[in-house]
Amino acid sequence: MELNQLTIHELKEKLLSREITSVDIVESVFNRIDQVEGKVHAYISLLREDALRGAAGADQKIQEGAGGELCGIPVALKDILCTKGVKTTCGSRILQNFIPPYDATVVEALRRAGAVFVGKANMDEFAMGSSTETSYFGVTRNPWALDRIPGGSSGGSAAAVAADECIASLGSDTGGSIRQPAALCGVVGMKPTYGRVSRFGLIAFASSLDQIGPFTKDVEDCAIMMNVIAGYDPKDSTSVPQDVPDYRAFLNRDIAGWTVGIPREYFRDGMDPEVSAAVKKAIAVVEDQGARCIDISLPHTDYCVAVYYIVAPAEASSNLARYDGVKYGYRAENCRDLLDMYKKTRSEGFGAEVKRRIMLGTYALSSGYYDAYYKKASQVRARIKEDFAEAFKRCDVILTPTSPTPAFKIGEKTEDPLQMYLSDIFTISANLAGIPGISVPCGYSGRGLPVGVQFLAGHFEEGKLLQIAHNYERHAHIERRRPEL
Amino acid sequence: MEYEPVIGLEVHAQLLTKSKIFCGCSTEFGAMPNSHTCPVCLGLPGVLPVLNKKVVEYAMKMAMATHCRINEMSSFARKNYFYPDLPKGYQITQYALPLAEGGYVDVETEAGRKRIGLTRIHMEEDAGKLVHDEHLPSSYVDLNRTGVPLIEIVGEPDIRSAEEAAAYLRRLHEILVYLEICDGNMEEGSFRCDANVSLRPKGQEIFGIRTELKNMNSFRNVQRALDYEIKRQEYILESGGEVVQETRLWDDTQGVTLPMRSKEEAHDYRYFPDPDLVSIRVDETWIREVEGTIPELPLEKRERFIREYEIPPYDAGILTTSKALAEYYEDVVKVCGKPKIAANWVMGDLLRFVNEDRGDIRTCSISAVSLGDMINLIEEGTISGKMAKDLIQDMYETGKPPRAIIEEKGLVQITDEDALTGIIVDVIRANPTQLAQYRSGKDKLFGYFVGQVMKATQGKANPQLINELLKKKLDQA
Repeated sequence: MELNQLTIHELKEKLLSREITSVDIVESVFNRIDQVEGKVHAYISLLREDALRGAAGADQKIQEGAGGELCGIPVALKDILCTKGVKTTCGSRILQNFIPPYDATVVEALRRAGAVFVGKANMDEFAMGSSTETSYFGVTRNPWALDRIPGGSSGGSAAAVAADECIASLGSDTGGSIRQPAALCGVVGMKPTYGRVSRFGLIAFASSLDQIGPFTKDVEDCAIMMNVIAGYDPKDSTSVPQDVPDYRAFLNRDIAGWTVGIPREYFRDGMDPEVSAAVKKAIAVVEDQGARCIDISLPHTDYCVAVYYIVAPAEASSNLARYDGVKYGYRAENCRDLLDMYKKTRSEGFGAEVKRRIMLGTYALSSGYYDAYYKKASQVRARIKEDFAEAFKRCDVILTPTSPTPAFKIGEKTEDPLQMYLSDIFTISANLAGIPGISVPCGYSGRGLPVGVQFLAGHFEEGKLLQIAHNYERHAHIERRRPEL
Repeated sequence: MEYEPVIGLEVHAQLLTKSKIFCGCSTEFGAMPNSHTCPVCLGLPGVLPVLNKKVVEYAMKMAMATHCRINEMSSFARKNYFYPDLPKGYQITQYALPLAEGGYVDVETEAGRKRIGLTRIHMEEDAGKLVHDEHLPSSYVDLNRTGVPLIEIVGEPDIRSAEEAAAYLRRLHEILVYLEICDGNMEEGSFRCDANVSLRPKGQEIFGIRTELKNMNSFRNVQRALDYEIKRQEYILESGGEVVQETRLWDDTQGVTLPMRSKEEAHDYRYFPDPDLVSIRVDETWIREVEGTIPELPLEKRERFIREYEIPPYDAGILTTSKALAEYYEDVVKVCGKPKIAANWVMGDLLRFVNEDRGDIRTCSISAVSLGDMINLIEEGTISGKMAKDLIQDMYETGKPPRAIIEEKGLVQITDEDALTGIIVDVIRANPTQLAQYRSGKDKLFGYFVGQVMKATQGKANPQLINELLKKKLDQA
């Protein structure tokens, strides 16, 4: 096995025993990138030199017996995370040359832990999409089938891990943007509780829903990444000052006696039969491990997509107002006056999906419509939250499919936004409720496309998610395949 | 028909916190453009606001001083609009849940005391400033002011005249400055006011159509603009027309209000709760803590001065126009123990000096102790009131304490009876004609003799003593 194929915990062992160096790992990763990046296009920008320099520094630290949790590990960052001195585009033309003078708090945390940054991963423009097709910088292809999408919006981060173009990565999840691509690319992806990870330096899409989380090759790595990025940040008023447990402590535990809720609203017709079959197998696995699976109801499930497509665009319409061509980013040329500059800059700088959502959101907040749309959506959102609170009185975790289908074809849904929006039907509720969720590989479709199972837990119960996900991973005996590239 | 104006004022006051409302940048005025900025107030991608606790405390002080109810829970909202001085494309303000609601202030008008209601007080961030290049078709953006904390004080439409409006504004201004939460500088924009004005036939309940007035940057301009606008609306209504609901700008040089260029129809600000900030919770403990820091307010102070120092309301009014002046006055009284005399000197000579030089009582060259001591010197009889008039001028010019000047100039009043008797005898001797006339009943000539004695002593003689001794000598036969 090549070094780039290994997990964080495997590499750490080899690094600490001086069997390999960080430079070896980084070289192996960039070799892989040289081979496959032309096909996958997981990255918007690559940081080869920085990474090699970082790796040399990390090796020095390891020599000195210092070095943090991720010392010398090559990690990719979704290009929505601000990196000091490194171009951060958010997948948009309007930020194509934007270089932040600061690091996102999570980027700082990774740096402190010794991580080496491979590059900035491709994404749907401003994280608006479920397929990474709306990026201004081109489509990312699913490593398992190059004519298919990797999911989105963190498609680049997911594909980079799946194609072994990095060891782990960070993405952001507003309605499923970590979990859905994780499922479609056959990797582990976690969206933590809202407030668990600082959003400072995460370019905002929908502030009340956005949350940063990791993509990893297995559940243990997910726990390692969470140990690094979770925690209160005084720079983010919505982050929660609550102690962070050692997430690794939840690994290798059993789940005997647990109650797992199976929400009936998530198992209705219309679901891909292969996905359905794989998830049902997953249910059997956890039952085998001594968990009791019970039928539960999340009665407001049907409203999730509708609520989401009011709340998220409303917040986005305001969050994206700052891209006006005045201070930074793209500015249109030959403008008659201020209004003309605004109009041209934003017309040319934003892609179609972003403009669609800005319009949706602007409409939903307009006077005369606010009560009927935004306010009503906020009220229903409170109900959705209650649904989960009720459910978690009866069960430890909830198990659902992550995505209703495996990866679909590039271009298949671009002409039909509604179909595209429905690919997040099982993931959106966690963002609306603010609860954590994790997607773990649970099998393959007949075409060999990965399928994921999603576990959801109550607020700040990431430990429970890691416990059941790790338990499942160890006992499901899912054949470990690698995409052929 | 007789019309009654209905006026409601919205006041924006910049708070004197050291740093901005949502970041650590300095709020100092007059720095190099864009030198007091950071990624947060510049609205760069991915940054987040963090509320400055001092801003809440300052706003709470104003709320308490104006008898508002502080909401246990309040929150921030976004007011969305595009303008180059607004880097995020929205202003963070309070909308549905303001910090405080339902207060009042009492103002003195010619018709007596009147209570004016306050709808609400809320916190928000200021916008930046555009500087237009006169020679090029371009503008510069200075974002130093972006994120400077403001409170908006929204008044009820309880005001019925321009005079009342000015009195109300002065009262708010006075309280803000007393609380030391706003410097009150109207020219620099630390205290700004917009007015809503409408007219209705006297006796009618329903309000007429209103206009909003902006750009009035002094108390005088507020009064002038309102007077003009009231007349303008009256003329329209009298001639059977209808007032157009619009925003109008006060033009100071022409002395008129003009419709603001009709750039766009009414704004739709699309207010919604700011998801980047959590609700503000103000509990009893916090309220009590802030309450403890509120100083005596102008109105209370005024009443106490009248009661405690037994000075006329007019004097108390002047002496409490600023906290610094009131403190100065009280310090003078502490030294001399003569409240009315102290009031006269402070309001008279001292304020005249300070005002003539556009100075500040806090940096006045005559300290309160010096002035008090000067009053003591008069009371002791060391100097006469007339001498004091010259002395205080010297004190102001040199900054020296009164006793030092007296010593230097040998200004001590003659109180030695023997010496004075000698001078008096000389004066009587030198004026035999007048003496004869006085003795034959022309009492008025007594004043003449006093004047002669004063002249002979260069004004240094104690007037009381002159009277006493002169009378004795003149009546001696």
